[in-house]
Amino acid sequence: MAAGFDPSGRLPDVFTNAGTSSFTAFLSKVAPEMLPGRRALPPGMAADLAPHATTIVAIAAAGGVVMAGDRRATMGNLIAQRDIEKVHPADAYSLVGIAGTAGIGIELMRLFQVELEHYEKIEGAMLSLDGKANRLASMIRGNIGAAMQGLAVIPLFAGFDLAAKDPALAGRIFSFDVTGGPYGETGYDAIGSGSLFAKSALKKRFRPGLSVDDAVRLAVEALYDAADDDTATGGPDLIRRIYPVVMTATAEGTHRLTDAETSAIAESVVAGRMENPGG
Amino acid sequence: MAMQFYASPEQIMRDRSELARKGIARGRSAVVVSFADGVLFVAENLSSTLHKVSEIYDRIGFAAVGRYNEFENLRRAGVRMADLNGLSYDRRDVTGLALANSYAQILGAIFTEQSKPFEVEICVAEVGATPEEDSLYRLTYDGSVNDEPGRMAMGGQAEAISGVLKSNHRPDMSLGDAVRVAVQALGSVGGEGGAARTIAAHQLEVAVLDRGRVGRTFRRITGAALTALLDGGAAGEAPAEGDRAQTPTTPTEEAHKPTTSAGSADLEDKPGQNPPEA
Repeated sequence: MAAGFDPSGRLPDVFTNAGTSSFTAFLSKVAPEMLPGRRALPPGMAADLAPHATTIVAIAAAGGVVMAGDRRATMGNLIAQRDIEKVHPADAYSLVGIAGTAGIGIELMRLFQVELEHYEKIEGAMLSLDGKANRLASMIRGNIGAAMQGLAVIPLFAGFDLAAKDPALAGRIFSFDVTGGPYGETGYDAIGSGSLFAKSALKKRFRPGLSVDDAVRLAVEALYDAADDDTATGGPDLIRRIYPVVMTATAEGTHRLTDAETSAIAESVVAGRMENPGG
Repeated sequence: MAMQFYASPEQIMRDRSELARKGIARGRSAVVVSFADGVLFVAENLSSTLHKVSEIYDRIGFAAVGRYNEFENLRRAGVRMADLNGLSYDRRDVTGLALANSYAQILGAIFTEQSKPFEVEICVAEVGATPEEDSLYRLTYDGSVNDEPGRMAMGGQAEAISGVLKSNHRPDMSLGDAVRVAVQALGSVGGEGGAARTIAAHQLEVAVLDRGRVGRTFRRITGAALTALLDGGAAGEAPAEGDRAQTPTTPTEEAHKPTTSAGSADLEDKPGQNPPEA
């Protein structure tokens, strides 16, 4: 146990008091060293110190939302990892993708997952989608000191809003910057080094009311466009059979497409580009 | 000057035990049993929102009887300890035994140090790969901990309920059979003139740790699914699947929405695809 027991075996009061339902607030009392934003950093820029995760796209579809991420992590001009996974379920109905410093991003994402689950268990009720986005914003804001030294993490958050009146419009996307957020996005959004190209592709091809399957295809196309023009974004790797991670959040919950499904989509995208490189 | 009376430590402990036992015996009872597809919790509870049975972690559940404010306090502590350990190490490193030990320490300290002990009895249950690997730990007000053999009853007249459970329960039962045995055992006491009572679905709180699921295995069984299980029709066994819906997990949640663990959804193909084969 991270927190010290007193000799009697009693837990510190912070474990048992009614206090907060937030896991990060609890952690700040018992084990502040486990919060990414609480660490003292030596002065200087550290941007080239750790691998960077790159492009994530999210698309709102009819009845849900799709999020996809490429598999590359880079360190300067080098490829640090070819098969990193940057898109994860945040809870049963929402997805989170991470761009920026990989290690801090993964840590924040794990903490965010526990935060949502912890609230649900303590309160017996799930947070609203906006509540989840606000929590994530405050966690990103906590990392601002590290961000100013080049260790920024930017998430993309998307989910199925159980409170939405029209299930067709229940898929929602939130973006963030290093100072927090969240900013509600309409239709689609992308983050990371290749986001400029991915968003340009989506701008031309996104239509409101896409089916989830069409949105999945569109997301893979957008990642291909990002990889086409951004060296830090990895395209479908047909040789090693490494394909983008694609996840959906719908009324049925979150779902990750199997490798077989994503490989079929990626291969058909690549085949299409052989005919017409511009898509 | 007031006279300071001497009370022996034995007397003090006896008094505290008696207070705790009386408090616990006043409340309604709860039963925890292993069955073929998981661990079943059944508690008599008139409230649908103030829970006696809750989720602690992926494969760990919590049931309690006694004073609500006291066991709610323990439940929160348990969730906090489990989430802290799961984040520090790995989700697999959170075990029922560690949690039971912590609870034993807390309850023991409160029993010896405070003027009033906690009037609670709790069960920490961990679902294993087979019914034989399930662990049920009983923790009493004085911090003692017992490893129970696949079934246990807590609360008022727990011994009588245990007796009925012992004669009817088998670890390889289906969910439906296990629910009916548990409810029959709960209803075997407290009736007029010692007769058995019938307990309606709305007076019960029922939940399972579902052996077949990956990640968060806890789900509640409420509403029509529970009524069907109690009625014992074969049809009643299927709808139980995914009926976590009716739990107040979210005020806006609609029916038949399964949930999965964030940590495990990567591993799980589709949430709710592992209904208990009842």
